[in-house]
Amino acid sequence: MSTIAMPPPDAGILARKADIVAALAEAIGAGDVISEEVETRAYECDALTAYRCPPLAVALPRNTQGVAAVMRVCHELGVPVVPRGAGTSLSGGSLPTADCVLLGTSRLRDVLEIDYDNRFIRLQTGVTNLSVSETVDGDGFFYAPDPSSQLACAIAGNIAMNSGGAHCLKYGVTTNNLLGVRMVLSTGEIVELGGPQMDSGGLDLLGLICGSEGQLAIVTEATLRILPKPEGARPVMIGYDDAEVAGQCVADIIKSGVLPVAIEYMDRPCIEVVENFAKAGYPMCEALLIVEVEGSQAEIADQLAKITAIAEALDPVELKVSASATESALIWKGRKSAFGAMGQINDYMCLDGTVPVSALPFTLKRIGELSAEHGLKVANVFHAGDGNMHPLILFDANRPGDLEKAEVLGADILRTCVEVGGCLTGEHGVGIEKRDLMVDQYAPEDLEMQMQVKDVFDPHWLLNPAKVFPLQASTGRRDIAA
Amino acid sequence: MADWITPKSEAGIGDAVREAAAAGTGLRLSGGGTRAGIGQAIDAPGRLSLAGHAGIELYEPGSLTVVVKSGTPLKTVTDALDAEGQMLAFEPMDHRGLFGTNGEPTVGGMVAANVSGPRRVRAGACRDFLLGVRFVDGTGRVLKNGGRVMKNVTGLDLSKLMCGAHGTLGVLTEVSLKVLPKPETARTLAFEGLNPGAAVDLFCAALRTPYEVSGAAFVGDTAYLRIEGFEIQVAHRAARLSDLFKDRDISGVEGVAHERLWADIRDVRHFADPGTALWRLSVKPTDAAAIAGDVADRLGSSVSLDWGGGLVWCAIGEGQHDQAEIVRAAVARRGGHATLVRGSADRRRGEAVFQPQADAVAALSGRLKATFDPHDVLNPGLMGY
Repeated sequence: MSTIAMPPPDAGILARKADIVAALAEAIGAGDVISEEVETRAYECDALTAYRCPPLAVALPRNTQGVAAVMRVCHELGVPVVPRGAGTSLSGGSLPTADCVLLGTSRLRDVLEIDYDNRFIRLQTGVTNLSVSETVDGDGFFYAPDPSSQLACAIAGNIAMNSGGAHCLKYGVTTNNLLGVRMVLSTGEIVELGGPQMDSGGLDLLGLICGSEGQLAIVTEATLRILPKPEGARPVMIGYDDAEVAGQCVADIIKSGVLPVAIEYMDRPCIEVVENFAKAGYPMCEALLIVEVEGSQAEIADQLAKITAIAEALDPVELKVSASATESALIWKGRKSAFGAMGQINDYMCLDGTVPVSALPFTLKRIGELSAEHGLKVANVFHAGDGNMHPLILFDANRPGDLEKAEVLGADILRTCVEVGGCLTGEHGVGIEKRDLMVDQYAPEDLEMQMQVKDVFDPHWLLNPAKVFPLQASTGRRDIAA
Repeated sequence: MADWITPKSEAGIGDAVREAAAAGTGLRLSGGGTRAGIGQAIDAPGRLSLAGHAGIELYEPGSLTVVVKSGTPLKTVTDALDAEGQMLAFEPMDHRGLFGTNGEPTVGGMVAANVSGPRRVRAGACRDFLLGVRFVDGTGRVLKNGGRVMKNVTGLDLSKLMCGAHGTLGVLTEVSLKVLPKPETARTLAFEGLNPGAAVDLFCAALRTPYEVSGAAFVGDTAYLRIEGFEIQVAHRAARLSDLFKDRDISGVEGVAHERLWADIRDVRHFADPGTALWRLSVKPTDAAAIAGDVADRLGSSVSLDWGGGLVWCAIGEGQHDQAEIVRAAVARRGGHATLVRGSADRRRGEAVFQPQADAVAALSGRLKATFDPHDVLNPGLMGY
């Protein structure tokens, strides 16, 4: 039994399943609608696997018109819609309800336009993150946001969660790389925002849509900024036996004027597991930093010299500049396999919160204390340059009560992030996971304002129900809608 | 004309708005008043100044963040950043030259108008560096959104919505901004004797290299490419770009002249003549020359480019009629939008200052305005609603 509640399904909708499925089939063709229970089960969860619920039906339209047709049906029949990209959300952002139509973007897979002179790519949002960079790689370009799940995750989900990645210290997150969208409102109306030009006129609705977790509209096409690839990149590994000193090193590097493309951090529990798994040559120490810079060979050497001077002044236990492409790949292999390596030895819950860089040492210390109090081990691997933490809470899913214990610890850790001046999310969104913690970050009137904005876009509250806003706070609105 | 109300606190700002809402009195909002010429001409009887609500709340160079009350003079912030070798990377434009205004631009005004400058082409706009806001809505509620950490806003990103809303959705009281290190040095390559089309070709070629061009502007008949960074980076990149364009005449600009050059480009000093209306077009760079040509054919306009051609400035004699129709038709043929930045009060009353939007977008914007400001008291009509 887990602790995050979902509202009971609407019995009236469940009773009308046959009619709803028939209407969907008529709208987009029976081949793009899934309604058999053995098949809808494939969509019962995303990457927050502790929560599962097969949807009433699944619709997989092939273009914007198809998405609009599905939305019109659901709007007319009063059926909630849960949007889903690739289903890699760690916060339950695409967890279905039993009375919903799950609207998947998996068949929206076309690249529509590539324009190197104006440096953008326009595509359907079911395209995966990594394939965007792969598409333009041969011509010397890349797409900057690079979440860990980039092999699988879809641009639709990246936009919904405003995804980041290891390299956003320099390049920003999705919202900084999104130029325009085509989207469908809950009524089925199709709306265009932005475009290839650098800014959009009027209110910044594009900025509002990005990161709105499927609460406002379904984004079917996106215009993304693409960037020329750097001449080269190289990391340095720096180990310390004190988290506080490592935090100091991060702040000193940032203050020095060097802007690394990434500053990654791993603590001892994480290093141990990763080293065992990837044999990346990591030192056993309290805190390991991987700092990467970009440019020509000479530019890289110059920046790394500045960084190593800063690091050495703080007496590291290890400092190793990558000497070759092979060494660089190995250093990154360890970092990138951290989640997988952890998963091999343990069940874990991956948290996501952000704190001011200056508060990193204190937050890590507090996480250690909370970990001891709750009797569950926590490993930390995260983007230190921008304070985006990913504490991994290790637990045993087969031991009764362990998941609940992990959830309580997770909530305490996220509250700590807010207490030190940070926020509940970094790049995974709120979803269901952090929904009920929103009251710790926002006053009731702040949440009310956000919900009023949802009212504007989705007056009947059909889109992605029971997410983002505390269940209690949204109850009245969802009841009226039903 | 009513006197300015100048509250000293966020609560005071809330009170002022609540009173205005109760009385149904429209409020004209102001920071330093240096950009007062932007927007549709309005006749709000109330005057609310944010200038009394000033000060840096927090500045952590190691966290790359600064939190500032909205009435704080921009110079106070840039001086503080400068002392730590940091900057507002979006290089906000100073409108005083264009409007002949004298006050001090404020941080709130900069965010409300989403003011950026030449580095926008590489670094992003003001909205990209806005981490969070506190604001007073049209009913007097004090609200917050986002925070002071990098990465995403938790929940809906209302901060982005406030940025560029020109005070029509809320009165900004505090903003958190991400800052960046200042480059150690900078150099510019200048290419004389070009027309807008040739300049855009040059920009497209330069901006698809990895040399991180941080300014790409065209003024008069000269295209400028700016390179910034550590000395070794600037030397390397300038050399590589010079190689790339080795069949052209290139001159270099450095030092004080360099700073002056980009300040002038940023502030559009070349179109300071108040006798012209000034239009700002946001377009796909490769469409810039054709659009500028269409406008010039009909209206005899002068043109400059920034953001690698993505930003077109058109200066058009005030005497020219049908400016909005002609400019917007030229933009509509290819995509983008046009804003009248400087124009006579008559023109700003009679013509749509901001690009008219598609019906669905206009409907959403109108409903958002009604949600944030149900009594229509915050800069009423300034954005056309």
